[in-house]
Amino acid sequence: MSDARLKRVALAIGAPALALIIAFAITSLVLILAGDSVIGVWQQILSVPDVRGVTNILNAATVYYLSAVSVAIGFRMNLFNIGVDGQYRIASFVAAIVAGEAWLPGYLNTLLALVAAVLVGALWAGIAGLLRVTRGVSEVISTIMLNAIATAIVAYLLRKAAVDAEGSNITATKDIPEGSWIPGFSLGSDAPNDVYGFIVVAVVVGFVYWLVINRTRFGFDLRASGASESAAIASGIDVKRMVLVSMLLSGAVAGLVGMPILFGDAHNYGSTFQSGLGFAGIAIALLGRNHPVGIALGALLFAFLDEQANPLQILLDVSPDIVKITQGVIVLTVVIAYEVVRRYGVRLEQSLVASALADDDTDDKGAEVKV
Amino acid sequence: MSVMTSSAGGGTEAPAKKRRITLPVVLLAIAGVFVLLSALRIITGVDELSSSGTLRATLVAAVPIGLAGLGGLWSERAGVVNIGLEGMMILGTFGAGYFGYFYGPWQGVLGAILLGAIGGLLHAVATVLFGVDHIVSGVAVNIIGLGAVQFLAALTFSGVPGGGATQSPGIDDLPAITIAAISDPLGDLEGKNWFVVSDVAALLRALVTDLSVLTLIALSLFVFTYWVLWRTSFGLRLRSCGESPAAAESLGINVIRYKLVAVIASGAFAGLAGGFLAMVASSSFRDGQTGGRGYIGLAAMIFGNWRPGGLLAGAGLFGYTDTLRLRGGGETIHGLLLLVAVLLVLVAIWQLRRGHRIAATVSGVLGVLIGVWFFLSESVPDDLTGMTPYVTTLLVLALASQRLRMPAADGKPYRKGSAG
Repeated sequence: MSDARLKRVALAIGAPALALIIAFAITSLVLILAGDSVIGVWQQILSVPDVRGVTNILNAATVYYLSAVSVAIGFRMNLFNIGVDGQYRIASFVAAIVAGEAWLPGYLNTLLALVAAVLVGALWAGIAGLLRVTRGVSEVISTIMLNAIATAIVAYLLRKAAVDAEGSNITATKDIPEGSWIPGFSLGSDAPNDVYGFIVVAVVVGFVYWLVINRTRFGFDLRASGASESAAIASGIDVKRMVLVSMLLSGAVAGLVGMPILFGDAHNYGSTFQSGLGFAGIAIALLGRNHPVGIALGALLFAFLDEQANPLQILLDVSPDIVKITQGVIVLTVVIAYEVVRRYGVRLEQSLVASALADDDTDDKGAEVKV
Repeated sequence: MSVMTSSAGGGTEAPAKKRRITLPVVLLAIAGVFVLLSALRIITGVDELSSSGTLRATLVAAVPIGLAGLGGLWSERAGVVNIGLEGMMILGTFGAGYFGYFYGPWQGVLGAILLGAIGGLLHAVATVLFGVDHIVSGVAVNIIGLGAVQFLAALTFSGVPGGGATQSPGIDDLPAITIAAISDPLGDLEGKNWFVVSDVAALLRALVTDLSVLTLIALSLFVFTYWVLWRTSFGLRLRSCGESPAAAESLGINVIRYKLVAVIASGAFAGLAGGFLAMVASSSFRDGQTGGRGYIGLAAMIFGNWRPGGLLAGAGLFGYTDTLRLRGGGETIHGLLLLVAVLLVLVAIWQLRRGHRIAATVSGVLGVLIGVWFFLSESVPDDLTGMTPYVTTLLVLALASQRLRMPAADGKPYRKGSAG
């Protein structure tokens, strides 16, 4: 038995490893077809990053992580929140306004802005949740529409609220006072840049996510509703309420996505604020199979690939977009590998049971003969 | 066959008093829309609301969305959710750019279809053969499509005269049709600004002036899809795979093969939608050209209740509101506010009569607020006009969504031999 369990653990680790290898092989194939230097590209991507690179990877992973956790909360409930993009952008904008106005001193100001971001994110996702439970509108569609609406509203409000810096055409909100920034920490005395202090919050969010989903009645209800709606209703769970609540929670976490950048780096919300984080979050949540640790690994992997591919253009004249192909293929191959392994595992179990039964059979026969 | 019909009958049993949508109803609805638009044009004085220019632009805006929606329709009718339409469309834009520039416009169309179909093949292999969750695979296709196209575009178009890492040089136009003998008199009629008559003239004029051949092909594909999916045994079998694959299998249908064909066709449609964007809506491939139209096509398909006619209406609505924003800007959209306000108040009265107090209050309050906005302002700010198509879609879905029914086995993984 322990032999079989060992096999299963090996399979569980083997699946993602195999997926990575296949993804790399496919990427190499594309590079060969394009006539680029395959070895050169992999030497760059798989090289050990310097301190600056590690810091960048951690920072990017922090943001990816929050986005992916937000998506994963929805996934657990069978809800597909494509709207993280709109939710974090409108939340970041409001937080930047609140923090920029500095109604409260120091970190109270930071706290107020974070609360505002969480509330706005939840509210924006809540619209989709409300439409789903009251009017039956698919959240896939409504969140896509809400993304575009958020973009328009933020563009409009940004123009109203913007302070134009002298001689610059970048529109942005007021800078957050320095006392309200979230300080980072450096990875050694010679590091040129800081890791976002917000990474601590991201870890806490991941832990709370795990705790709530796996160790509370609410989490059980959520998973039950996601796994089988009819069974959930039969056991007395108010599925509509669960849909609304999980959408609100997903939006609340989405509201935090922009915060590491806002309080650790940009210090205002401008027209150049990073976008598209929601879609990366979907891929990473899938990659990490909605598990907080898996998501963390996925976020680090995506951030690693992004960072390592950056210099490709200068070094080898290869477009860094090549890693996007890798990332997309990884999402597919990981899932395929898990599925193949699952089927293999089922077959393994069946054959084990069958052989155990066969053994029992012969034992019985033996016993009969004896009698 | 008898098993199929009885199972389909079982599925639609619930709404017993469901009204059938027949041709006269559709024609009446279209006429109603025209009377409404015409009235709105005369009341608000915004001529752009139904000028032939607006309607022609609407057609160009609606076709790619409709084609993407057709892609979704083929795939979802066979039971495979296709959120990867966006990625397949992106592949299509590049296909059109590459083959259109290096070989010629018709080759560009074929290239767009081919690259889209390759995206469809990827989705088909992952979902149908490997049983990957449809949404997961679709998201992956979107990422791969975008990445591949950005990578390939940088590879092929950098250094080409007139091109760059993110866009192709200009592509030659496909032929366009103008029937001057009909177009010119219709133009005169349109200029008279008569109630309804001028609006119908504008519509006809839009259809006979500078109409790209690809638009015609796209429109005929709607008829083609309807015919194939609802009027042939191939279509019946394909749809049965989306309703109940186990039953289909028990009748000897090769479910796997039908699903593969449907999803690859879906990719081809999405690719053509991308090609249309690159070749008719503009005249070169650009990075980011699709702008989420793949998702909007999916929304239009859901709006259309997984049927080609409804899908066409959804795409038209979306294309129309999008065009209004581009042509008239804030003032035209401002005119539309009145229509929305009146419609919402009507919905409120209707809901009240049915005894739905909350729904009535919500739409009533919204309607009054929008009405107040109309009377207190001269124009809608430019930044906000961008959200018109999205708000419209959301509103329409919120008002109509309960009556929708998707294919029963849509999105469910299927394995050969699982019948039983």
